[in-house]
Amino acid sequence: MNTATHTLDGHGGHAPQPGGLLRWLTTTNHKDIGTMYLSFSLLMFFVGGAMILAVRAELFQPGLQLMKPEFFNQLIGVHALVMIFAALMPAATGFANWMIPLMIGAPDMALPRLNNWGFWLLPPAAMLLTMPFILALFGIGDGAVATGWTLYAPLSVQGGIGVDFAIFAIHILGISSIMGSINIIATILNMRAPGMTLMKMPLFCWGWLVTAVLLIITLPVLAGGVTMLLTDRHFGTHFFDAAGGGDPILFQHLFWFFGHPEVYILLLPVWGLMPHVLSTFSRKPVYGHTGQVWSFVAIGVLGLVVWGHHFMTAGLPVPALLYFMYSTMSISLPLAVLFFCWIATMWRGAMSFETPMLFAVGFIVLFGIAGLTGLVLADVAADAQYHHSYFVVAHFHYALFAGGIMGVMTGVYYWLPKWTGHMYSERLGKLHFWLTVISFNFTFMPQFFLGLAGMPRRIPDYALQFAEFNAISTVGSFVLGLSQLLFAYNIWRCIKGGEKASNGVWEGTRGLAGELSSPPPHHSWETQPVIKD
Amino acid sequence: MTILNPSRRSTRSASSLSRLALGAGLALGAASALADYTWNFPKPVTPIGRDTLSMHNQFMVVITILFVVVFAIMLYSMIRHRKSVGAQPAGFSGPTGMLQWFWVLVPFAILLFIDFVLMGIPAFHAVIEMEDTRTKADMVLKVTGLQWKWKYEYPDSGISFVSTLSTPREQIEGQAAKGENYLLEVDNEVVLPVGRKVRILLTSTDVIHTWWVPQFGVKRDAIPGFLRETWVRIEEPGVYRGQCAELCGKDHGFMPVVVRAVPEPEYAAWVAGKKAEMAAAAAGSDKAWSKDELMAAGKAAYEKNCAACHQPEGQGIPPAFPALAGSKIVTGPLLSPEGRLIPDSHVDRVLNGKAGTAMQAFKATLSDADLAAVITYERNAFGNNKGDMIQPAQVKALR
Repeated sequence: MNTATHTLDGHGGHAPQPGGLLRWLTTTNHKDIGTMYLSFSLLMFFVGGAMILAVRAELFQPGLQLMKPEFFNQLIGVHALVMIFAALMPAATGFANWMIPLMIGAPDMALPRLNNWGFWLLPPAAMLLTMPFILALFGIGDGAVATGWTLYAPLSVQGGIGVDFAIFAIHILGISSIMGSINIIATILNMRAPGMTLMKMPLFCWGWLVTAVLLIITLPVLAGGVTMLLTDRHFGTHFFDAAGGGDPILFQHLFWFFGHPEVYILLLPVWGLMPHVLSTFSRKPVYGHTGQVWSFVAIGVLGLVVWGHHFMTAGLPVPALLYFMYSTMSISLPLAVLFFCWIATMWRGAMSFETPMLFAVGFIVLFGIAGLTGLVLADVAADAQYHHSYFVVAHFHYALFAGGIMGVMTGVYYWLPKWTGHMYSERLGKLHFWLTVISFNFTFMPQFFLGLAGMPRRIPDYALQFAEFNAISTVGSFVLGLSQLLFAYNIWRCIKGGEKASNGVWEGTRGLAGELSSPPPHHSWETQPVIKD
Repeated sequence: MTILNPSRRSTRSASSLSRLALGAGLALGAASALADYTWNFPKPVTPIGRDTLSMHNQFMVVITILFVVVFAIMLYSMIRHRKSVGAQPAGFSGPTGMLQWFWVLVPFAILLFIDFVLMGIPAFHAVIEMEDTRTKADMVLKVTGLQWKWKYEYPDSGISFVSTLSTPREQIEGQAAKGENYLLEVDNEVVLPVGRKVRILLTSTDVIHTWWVPQFGVKRDAIPGFLRETWVRIEEPGVYRGQCAELCGKDHGFMPVVVRAVPEPEYAAWVAGKKAEMAAAAAGSDKAWSKDELMAAGKAAYEKNCAACHQPEGQGIPPAFPALAGSKIVTGPLLSPEGRLIPDSHVDRVLNGKAGTAMQAFKATLSDADLAAVITYERNAFGNNKGDMIQPAQVKALR
């Protein structure tokens, strides 16, 4: 990735920037680090995608054709960990790095060295996570973590060295995320342009502020949980073993206290981004700025207190079941405010449908399906039927692929011209959108019906009545996977060259970022702008 | 302008195409019992299952209406408020005036009503009903999850047995045509009387499993070291199939649940037959077996209980599942000179398992005769040729 086009227009106090690899290793520039986050994310998106295509190939037909169940279990778990921690979260952090200083009128992030370190912890963590696959080829250990990404004890206590590798990878990824979050909070609270009160701050920054707070609250709990797992495995403790006075369900509480807010951690940056895109392409101000800010906060707070709905079949007491059911349902209220504001932002605008707008609209509709199925999943009695089935698999892929990943794609198409100074190919972008959205539905819509019909998740082979839908889903997934090559190609082309992008890039652009050149200068805002009114 | 609410259109086309494909599949004669309900839950046969289905159907109608209404408004806007048709953008950024506030608050009120009244009240009653396992329970069934099979116990009649997948390996590996109940068939079905409230207690000996029969509308985790409970009252005779629903290791996909619901008299006959069978097995532990008898019974028991991990030829899948062929433990001494158990010996491992691994305590699931036969078989098969043997009576004494 080449953003070396930043002009080095004479900064007296700076040592000359090293070239080549050393530049990327030592950079403290928010845009360079953002670029590295985004490139790493794209690479890991393909790694995680390749894993799941192997899984879908195995599930094309009943019977075991391609792999042993042990290996299947490794692929599904590592797929999830890679997509969540190494693809989606770094993409959002990349956005934050690139855009927050531009949007709030700051020269850079508040803690640039911490920023560099935060990124460079990611590649070793990703290597730790996937290394057991390679070690197994040399006869060391029995492969990667095979417990699913949830690492439920006691299965993870029983597991091989893959579990230890995953635990350490999670620790490192967690440290990286916490450092990124501290940096974002410090930047937002200290470096806003004069006159930009918190309530005037752009929504993308607000989405990230809430995300960062959630990360700092929940990641230590996950780190504690997996450390307890590590000591159960190697040092004779019994946190999760009833025989020693422990409880396996304790792990589920610790895991999901992190795991549910994690869903919002993945989605809040995207929710923050959406109003910018919708407002730009509707040529109209964002509707309900204050309402959306408070919805972010409300979702963040509620997200911290609903974790139990992830294990309602584990035998929670009735009052806990009722509490988790009603608290989960209440999340639909602030979420509805967001939907209302998105549509109201479009209402009576003058819309045009360039690629980012297409992705934004696709996001709203498909994420709507995720939200509505999430509402029925909250019902304890119906959940007994949906839970652990493909219905849930379909639901969270509507949330995290159509919500998370398509949201990230919206952002990439929206900001890529700003970052590179060139326009991407609109024709390829639109083709990418249509292929993605159609094949996505072919992949995941059948999984709702598989779940209703009674197919459990995480099985390498299935009964004959599930065959048709699985075959459709597999065909869809391969089209979906291959379409993403177009995305990578389009980005590559755009970095290499293309039509010049204007400062605002889009006709309807609002906000500070549009006042800087495309690409922006090395130090984004040398002089802080002043926000009036 | 061709882009009219794109995703919804593709959603529709996806589901109608898959409907087509499914229709073709059905026409080709895949007449499985569940095929009629592939678009929804399989036909429920318990009160809870019926409740769940009707709630689910109602919720699906509600969320479909929400989906259509909300996105119809968006679609309308996308058609009318386009730059290409000359729309001029308005400048508002929030509700202004009473009428707009009304439009903002009405959806909110509707959603509150849907969440906590329309969905919340039936859900409340369903939860209470579902969790009431004790009121007027007629009998108890205890279910124990083990990697990768289910053990069933009837405390009232003293019956207990283990239920494992009976689909042959060849069908899974594609060397034989797959049967109608591929992966959903077992050697020992659970038999339950129709019309009686059965309180089901669940636990596990190793990792977390989940007992699930879709047609019963219940799913409950089996957690090692704890008891969980649920209940069923099956209203129609028939065979009901389900699966373990919680990832529990290598063969998670291969531990089905099969329940046969029969009328009361038939159930009584089954109980009597099962009791006689168990008495015969108990008698087996008192008689002296010949080595050939033990080897033959041992081979059968090995293939059913051990071969999934240790492999048919005893080569194992190291490092997780060690080889038995040439194993130091298997070829070590059988018992101490006084006839007692040697810690960490072959017999100890088979009877008591190894903590923290998938090797379970088989004394919980196998009869004395099967245990003696498996131990004898492992010591003399796979080229181990120890030449010694253990009698069921000796195993009984070691328990």
